[in-house]
Amino acid sequence: MRADHASAVTLGCVLGGALLLAALNLLVPTASAFHVPNFVVSVAGKYLCYAILALAIDLVWGYVGILTLGHAAFFALGGYAMGMYLMREIGARGVYANPILPDFMVFIGWNKLPWYWYGFDHFWFALLMVALVPGVLAFVFGWFAFRSRVSGVYLSIITQALTYALMLAFFRNDMGFGGNNGMTDFKDILGFPLDAETTSVGLMLATAAVLSLAYLLARAMTRSRFGKVLVAVRDAESRTRFLGYRPESYKLFVWTVSAVIAGIGGALYVPQVGIINPSEFAPGNSIEAVIWVAVGGRGTLSGAILGAVLVNLGKTWLTSALPEVWLFAIGGLFILVTLLLPRGLIGLFAGRGPMAAAERDRRSAAAEAAMREVAQ
Amino acid sequence: MKEPTLLYLDGVTVSFDGFKALDDLSLVLEPGEMRAVIGPNGAGKTTMMDVITGKTRPDEGHVVFGADIDLRKLDEPAIARLGIGRKFQRPTVFEPLSVRDNLLLALAGDRSPRFALAARETARERMRIDELLATIRLSDERDRRAADLSHGQKQWLEIGMLLAQDPKLLLVDEPVAGMTDAETAATAELLREINRSRSVVVVEHDMAFVRALGVKVTVLHEGRVLAEGSIDTIQNNARVIEVYLGR
Amino acid sequence: MGGESGGGRFLRGVVLIALLLLGLQWCWSARAAGDDPFSQIAATNADTEARGVQALATSGNPRAAAVIDALRDGTLFAWKWPRPDPPLYIRAANGFVDARTGAPVASPPSPVNLRRVIVSDAVRGAIETAEGALGLFSKSAARRARAADALYQSADPGALPLILRALKSETDAGVARLLREAEAAALLNSDTGSDAARIAAINELSARSDLSARNLLASLHGQSPPVAAATADAIRTIDRRLKLWGLVENVYYGISLGAVLLLAAAGLAITFGVMGVINMAHGEMVMIGAYTTFVVQQLIAAATPGLSEFGILVAVPAAFLVAGGLGVVIERCLIRFLYGRPLETLLATWGLSLVLQQAVRSIFGPTNQDVTSPDWMSGSLQLGGLVLTVNRLWIILFALLVLGALMAVLRWGGLGRSIRAVMQNRRMAAVMGIRTPWIDALTFGLGSGIAGIAGVALSQIDNVSPNLGQNYIVDSFIVVVVGGVGNLWGTLFGAMLIGIVDKFVEPFEGAVLAKIIVLVFLILFIQRRPQGLFPVKGRAAEA
Repeated sequence: MRADHASAVTLGCVLGGALLLAALNLLVPTASAFHVPNFVVSVAGKYLCYAILALAIDLVWGYVGILTLGHAAFFALGGYAMGMYLMREIGARGVYANPILPDFMVFIGWNKLPWYWYGFDHFWFALLMVALVPGVLAFVFGWFAFRSRVSGVYLSIITQALTYALMLAFFRNDMGFGGNNGMTDFKDILGFPLDAETTSVGLMLATAAVLSLAYLLARAMTRSRFGKVLVAVRDAESRTRFLGYRPESYKLFVWTVSAVIAGIGGALYVPQVGIINPSEFAPGNSIEAVIWVAVGGRGTLSGAILGAVLVNLGKTWLTSALPEVWLFAIGGLFILVTLLLPRGLIGLFAGRGPMAAAERDRRSAAAEAAMREVAQ
Repeated sequence: MKEPTLLYLDGVTVSFDGFKALDDLSLVLEPGEMRAVIGPNGAGKTTMMDVITGKTRPDEGHVVFGADIDLRKLDEPAIARLGIGRKFQRPTVFEPLSVRDNLLLALAGDRSPRFALAARETARERMRIDELLATIRLSDERDRRAADLSHGQKQWLEIGMLLAQDPKLLLVDEPVAGMTDAETAATAELLREINRSRSVVVVEHDMAFVRALGVKVTVLHEGRVLAEGSIDTIQNNARVIEVYLGR
Repeated sequence: MGGESGGGRFLRGVVLIALLLLGLQWCWSARAAGDDPFSQIAATNADTEARGVQALATSGNPRAAAVIDALRDGTLFAWKWPRPDPPLYIRAANGFVDARTGAPVASPPSPVNLRRVIVSDAVRGAIETAEGALGLFSKSAARRARAADALYQSADPGALPLILRALKSETDAGVARLLREAEAAALLNSDTGSDAARIAAINELSARSDLSARNLLASLHGQSPPVAAATADAIRTIDRRLKLWGLVENVYYGISLGAVLLLAAAGLAITFGVMGVINMAHGEMVMIGAYTTFVVQQLIAAATPGLSEFGILVAVPAAFLVAGGLGVVIERCLIRFLYGRPLETLLATWGLSLVLQQAVRSIFGPTNQDVTSPDWMSGSLQLGGLVLTVNRLWIILFALLVLGALMAVLRWGGLGRSIRAVMQNRRMAAVMGIRTPWIDALTFGLGSGIAGIAGVALSQIDNVSPNLGQNYIVDSFIVVVVGGVGNLWGTLFGAMLIGIVDKFVEPFEGAVLAKIIVLVFLILFIQRRPQGLFPVKGRAAEA
């Protein structure tokens, strides 16, 4: 079937590409023209983390119809959880040589580790927090948001407000998360030194693996009966209620899972870029991530991955070659994609397939309007 | 001991910003009954359905399902799971899904996300869907996208979804709007068949259809019951004539 | 004795005589100065000098101000050698002037004979008091008031006699009160005065009720119990009053912020109410209005500098037209293709805002541009203990005016009627012959134009930079959501509420946390009333 074909291609590209890069870095001698330098491996890993975030966004945007403008908050929260583990791993090797307290805490004059840092010296605990913190936040937020039936533009604005508030909070130096400098100068992860080539390759491969798993999970979710209910909810939400479904539960479920996936992406991101700071919460980041999905094609999952990699490739190139042009380019991309490419690149090449997300939106908006008129 | 009524509305009042959509409305439905509800536009027919299905909360009055279930305290999904199904004026089937998927989603059963994640189609479900497809005469269209059906076929699909829920009470809002004469006759036949095992309330404008149903008729006007009786009785009722034909 | 040589004894003798002579000169100059203030100033003895300054100031001599100024400026020169009535010179730009008469000196004296009259600390104090004293008897009431205030600030007990003398002859009530406060301050700083007198002085200062009074009172110690008690009471009273004034000041700032938000949000409320479009580039319309003000200012300064004071009056319609025109273009070229897709519109306008910001950055540079306020908008008013800046007052008035004009247009204009019709029921309006696409374009233009005007107002109180829009867009959204969509009264209420809340939370917890609190409030609030506080009954309002 066509859909499974898409899965195979996507997984093939992701895993195959990752393995190829790894081989070209580790196995090919440095002098050769085919050698892939280490920083390329790291950049690739970074792109794959972004792809995980994009996948998370596509789940809620493409399949539940929520334009989330604050998803990078979940990404950043996962990143901070991992960052806290990495900070504690530094131990006595920091500038102030304090075995318990990270440098920035010594710097601001603290002499005790705050209670919310306990446990982060264990990797499993950190992993747990990577999933729990964004998950719980998303759950609570979603519980209130979906139950009060906030939707559309209002919901988008609140998601943006959420990430903005988090950004302001994390910028404060007295929060105990590194303030506006964030956390950096990590030494190693699980004993593997972060500046070693093999570590970065390992991280990149791990990211590729996680991305593939997340993709498969998302795929399974959207093709099961659960996925059909999601389609029904997108198409005519009130109708599903009269059938006995609670759309809020379904939305909440997808929203929470998506937040956890984004958090995991963030956790993989931090050791590969070596720093986490509050600017990750900036609303602009989240909105840019949405465009990755739009460029690739929303509601297709593969499109999210494609879009994330392509746009970031463009960004890396432009910001080094013609930095002034980048903002024009990304702004223009927003406009072009929404005007001319509502189904994204995949939609462009895949031709007629299952109804595109944009189509669905229009229909559902029309259906809802009709329902309201009838019910008046 | 008398069997409890299926649906008991008493003194139901609903105001929207001072306008009384329902004004001390009282209506009783016995189990197994089919009732036709007619009335001019704005009489409150749809609002009455909204109250029963939990979309609108009444300002005053009682709404009881069965022996003692207070419908005022429940919301739409809860009421739907109790066994009250509703069909809307405009056919609202799920356009992107196939006919059988529409029926699949409507099948009575666990509605929780966890269940939906793990659910695999059972043989019983497949059988039930096939039965329904036969009842609504859409067996040949099972894999067709609902969006591609004709208007009349969509209406029937919606009725099929309603049946799939296995409800005790069906609320059907203008089922034959936009249908051909042949389809209208077939729909009356279908509803009578459905009535054999379930209670039905039909809201309609089409008098020929109501006559074809041959059941008790309730006339609503300005949010209250104007008259009740057989179609002949109410068609000869002076007040009804006045309201429908104007002064 | 025998060991000393003849030369040594001679030397000792010379030194002794020289010392004697110097000492004699010193005594002589001290005594010779006598009662002539000029001679006293020329004396080498610092105390004498100070006394001279004081005497000169209170003498009423018309040359007093010039001489004391010269002394302060270091242009007063005295004859080096002791003489009765030593000449004093003031060095002016083109030669020397006799200090006593003010007449220019024909032949400038040789610098060998002159020494600059030095200002030591003791003399400095005398100069300050003197300058105050000089002003006390000026013909101008304003000058007298300033002098009295200077005396109050210096709180010099030595000035008491002077103050009392001035009080006797003072006719102006305001100046008299200042003199009394100066008297009170001087008295409290001295060690004299009965308890009753001191308590009276404390009450005088308490009535003045400002920070300087409080500081003075707080610095007193070693007072007798009744006086100390009175001091504590007075301090408490002053603190209470200061807090009250502080509150009022916060409200004032909050209202002025609200006025700006009102303008910024009004346009947003209209476009969202009529078209259901959330325009993420709205902040950039404000920014463009601010830059238009800058450009207008530059153009006027270059072409007709005389009209600079009215630059801002030109900027208002200019900003409206520029931003409004841009708004129409945006609607025709972008928004109308996304009709019915509010989420896509949100994204596309976000992209547009990035493009606009970068465009302005490329043309004008990323740093702040200087926009000056015209004189008639500068300065401040004093209201009790409150200092109100005039420019904010103008902004509040302006915003209310614009709001009024907007409401009038919407209520009575043909365009306004059409806009309201489309807002309430688009289909019906179209059916009745209203050309909804055209209305959409004009509405968007109107909303953007108002935002441009907000930019003009903003340029007066905030920095003009490409990021200007981003700073206010969040607050604008909050106002629109709180106040309800498509209803201008709601926008007014929302803007004032948010402005005041912002300012009130700010001093307590800091501006950043203020934003967080407002945002959290927004998140919770929007669950309860998604339609805002003043929802418009109409289909288009539902997102």
